[in-house]
Amino acid sequence: MGPPFLRLIRRRLLGALPSLVAVVVVTFLLTRALPGDPAAYFAGPAATPQAIEQVRKQLGLDRSLPVQFGAYLVALAHGDFGKSLTTGQNVGDDILARLPASIELTLCGLILALVVAIPLGVAAATRPGSLIDHSARMISTAGVSLPVFFTGLLLVYVFYYLLGWAPAPLGRLDLFSTAPPTVTGLLLVDCLIAGDVETFRAAAAQLALPSITLGLFSVAPLARMTRASMLGVLSSDFVRTARASGLSTYTILVTYALRNALLPVVTTLGMVFSFLLGANVLVEKVFAWPGIGSYAIEALIASDYAPVQGFILTMAVMYVGLNLTIDLLYGLIDPRVRIEA
Amino acid sequence: MSATTRHIRYVLAENPVTALAFAGFALLIILALIGPDIVPFDPLASATDNALHPPTWTHPFGTDHLGRDILSRVVVATRIDMQISIAAVALSFVFGSTLGLVGGWYGGAIDRAVGRLVDTIMAFPLFVLAMGIVAALGNSVANIVYATAIINLPFYARMARTETSARREAGFVEAARLSGNGDGRILLFHLFPNILPPMMVQISLNLGYAILNAAGLSFIGLGVRPPTPEWGIMVAEGANYIVSGEWWVALFPGTVLMLAVFCFNLLGDGLRDIVDPRRRT
Amino acid sequence: MSALLEIDNLSLDFRTRGGTIRALEQVSLSVAAGETVGVVGESGSGKSVLSFAVMGISDAAARITAGHVRFEGRELHAADLAKLRGAEMAMIFQNPRVALNPIRAVGKQIEDVLRRHAGVNGTEARHRAVEMLSKVRIPDPERRAAAYPFEMSGGMCQRVMIALALACSPKLLIADEPTTGLDVTTQAAIMDLIGDLARETGMSTILITHDLGLAAQRCDRIAVMHAGHLVEVAATSDLFDRPAHPYTRKLIATTPRPSVGLADLEPIPGSLPDLRGVLPPCRYSQRCERYEAICETTPLPRVDVGSAHVVHCARPL
Repeated sequence: MGPPFLRLIRRRLLGALPSLVAVVVVTFLLTRALPGDPAAYFAGPAATPQAIEQVRKQLGLDRSLPVQFGAYLVALAHGDFGKSLTTGQNVGDDILARLPASIELTLCGLILALVVAIPLGVAAATRPGSLIDHSARMISTAGVSLPVFFTGLLLVYVFYYLLGWAPAPLGRLDLFSTAPPTVTGLLLVDCLIAGDVETFRAAAAQLALPSITLGLFSVAPLARMTRASMLGVLSSDFVRTARASGLSTYTILVTYALRNALLPVVTTLGMVFSFLLGANVLVEKVFAWPGIGSYAIEALIASDYAPVQGFILTMAVMYVGLNLTIDLLYGLIDPRVRIEA
Repeated sequence: MSATTRHIRYVLAENPVTALAFAGFALLIILALIGPDIVPFDPLASATDNALHPPTWTHPFGTDHLGRDILSRVVVATRIDMQISIAAVALSFVFGSTLGLVGGWYGGAIDRAVGRLVDTIMAFPLFVLAMGIVAALGNSVANIVYATAIINLPFYARMARTETSARREAGFVEAARLSGNGDGRILLFHLFPNILPPMMVQISLNLGYAILNAAGLSFIGLGVRPPTPEWGIMVAEGANYIVSGEWWVALFPGTVLMLAVFCFNLLGDGLRDIVDPRRRT
Repeated sequence: MSALLEIDNLSLDFRTRGGTIRALEQVSLSVAAGETVGVVGESGSGKSVLSFAVMGISDAAARITAGHVRFEGRELHAADLAKLRGAEMAMIFQNPRVALNPIRAVGKQIEDVLRRHAGVNGTEARHRAVEMLSKVRIPDPERRAAAYPFEMSGGMCQRVMIALALACSPKLLIADEPTTGLDVTTQAAIMDLIGDLARETGMSTILITHDLGLAAQRCDRIAVMHAGHLVEVAATSDLFDRPAHPYTRKLIATTPRPSVGLADLEPIPGSLPDLRGVLPPCRYSQRCERYEAICETTPLPRVDVGSAHVVHCARPL
């Protein structure tokens, strides 16, 4: 991982800048595009005319647009996302407090999806026309059609109400467990660090249904891409050479075929994340998950706009960061990208 | 019969699932058109003494928390969901393909500008962007349509651009140019009809995605408001009762929503087989 | 002298949605230790299909419907083939750059073969891989071992393939169009390399090519294939001095030679028959100028025309 890779990192970072700029600008414009008087919206429905004027001055809404943008950038640089009317806190603090919940949920959903989708795709590709192949294709089409909030509700109905296997969808922990000391904010990790097995199990039980819901949603595109990619790779010349060299089935399938087949799958992850971050919001509502998605929904309903702005910016910046990571990951696995003349 | 009709019939015969999808699509259109006129109950009439009754013969889908007949509401909701998604897809198709056509044809700075616009939209997780747009423009059905149209725009713009720049040097384009057609005429009457078939596939797939999007936004309280029947809201209303076991309030609208989206996706796959069997996955 | 490889009356079909393709019919060929046998014919004559069948890497739709393949006297079944591939029998392909794993360093790919068949590991595997690279005359092998196929020229990739194939000193090497696509100088260098390495270890080689001239230069014996049939086998000089099959004569006539100008080359009329459906006993009959009623006799006779010179024809020259 020498200079060529560092050059790649620098190039990709520079490439991500326009997206970052676009995101910041659009988010800024969105909040200035509010119907009626933006100051009134930020001051809240119960504000008096004087309060609205104060908010207007505070937010600099009486100044010209470019000046406002400058102030906005300065505020962002200081981590100032404004104040939430409903919680009374700084939006920045609120988001930071609730972010780990969303991250943990999304990560678990993604890991579940990968654990199911990739073997499914590989199995479907190595046994074309079989039952597994047809099932994989049906799951893919069904998965893309399922409304994620409906899936969540169905799972709650079947596994909580009917079967009693899952706990009540009340959030990250049930009423009887207490959270371990916060290290990362990810409950599972913190429980492991604190050695608290009971709470770990409780947290995992609460995580089960929402992350399965998210995961199911992502299995479809990942399985579909793995299958298609694997099919292509298995009929390639270099796999034929590997077979002719008498390598073991495992080596041919995994070291030769799968590693090559995963390249397009990594690229698909970008699109999967777009859907995942959006679906996150819906799942948080269904399962009363205290993440930034439900934070934004509650704020929207209460016409509290600063949190919504903060939420969109955070999600978008995370998305840009994720895409960047995917690009770099791809560069790490594919030497043809790394070693560019 | 013409070669196209024969081909279509062949594909439908080979693939009964696609034929089913066509039938489902037809059913949805019919329900959207005449649904409100044929439902047994008034979708807005509440009868609180009849609230939360499980499915019976009179109310095959049961009643909701206000005693309203769920079957009637689900059928009537077809119209509004179809309207929203068709309007959104139509808007994004028209604007998206125009941008893509123009960008792919002229290339250079225009193409780059179109690319920048598309990239800006794609820099956001799409549903989050839709939320932001609705939050910014106001909570109304029209804004749901605009938001969904905007986030779907990139698919059409990119596709139109690729298809156009691939055909830019094609024979028939040269012929049109030599016959004295101006750029506008070539784009509209020669290129556009030619790129239409692959775009049809995209439209069908997008219709499904647009419905999911609109329903998702309604589910979190944006767009359509109670008491208007819409599949997303109905699932949201029913969500509160799932934990106490009244499954029918959320299940029926959710299943119909799922079937509608499934229908559009299968239709899209079927159209792809008709248009270009090589691209089957 | 018992043969190293004996292909005995091999017939192979492909089951496809469009019908059953009878790709090989009653092909018999033997290869002795240390000799180089060429298999020549037009594209689609079944040369590669034959080699894949011998190696056991045929397409999933392939079925052997008759005959056997014997290696060192043992009949080969799928399980045996899996053990022999890479160890006793090896193969190199055309288009070497795409026939190598694009995201794995070439040294590692050679190590994979060594680890699988030669039971070596770690540093020893790496050293032997580098050794192989220098054996195939790749300059600076230590550094090249860490390179990827896309960083190498076609000729160098072919050398890597040869290193891969010969890493475990197989007794038989099948070379499927190894020089197609390479420039003439590289072609000669590659063929010289194969020849030298074969002589070193007493390895047998099957050279598959559509280039009769190349086969003439490098092979001890040549087998001519047409439409899934083996039509003639002979020692190289015998084949060219006394071709017994009309197709062979036509093939020789179409081979560019210094004494013959391009305009004087006679093309072979017609094209390969469709291998589905009913086929006549001689698949060359539609294109043959010597065709007569006797050519419809089944089975097609196998005639010994000289020492180790066999032709499958009802009316040999």
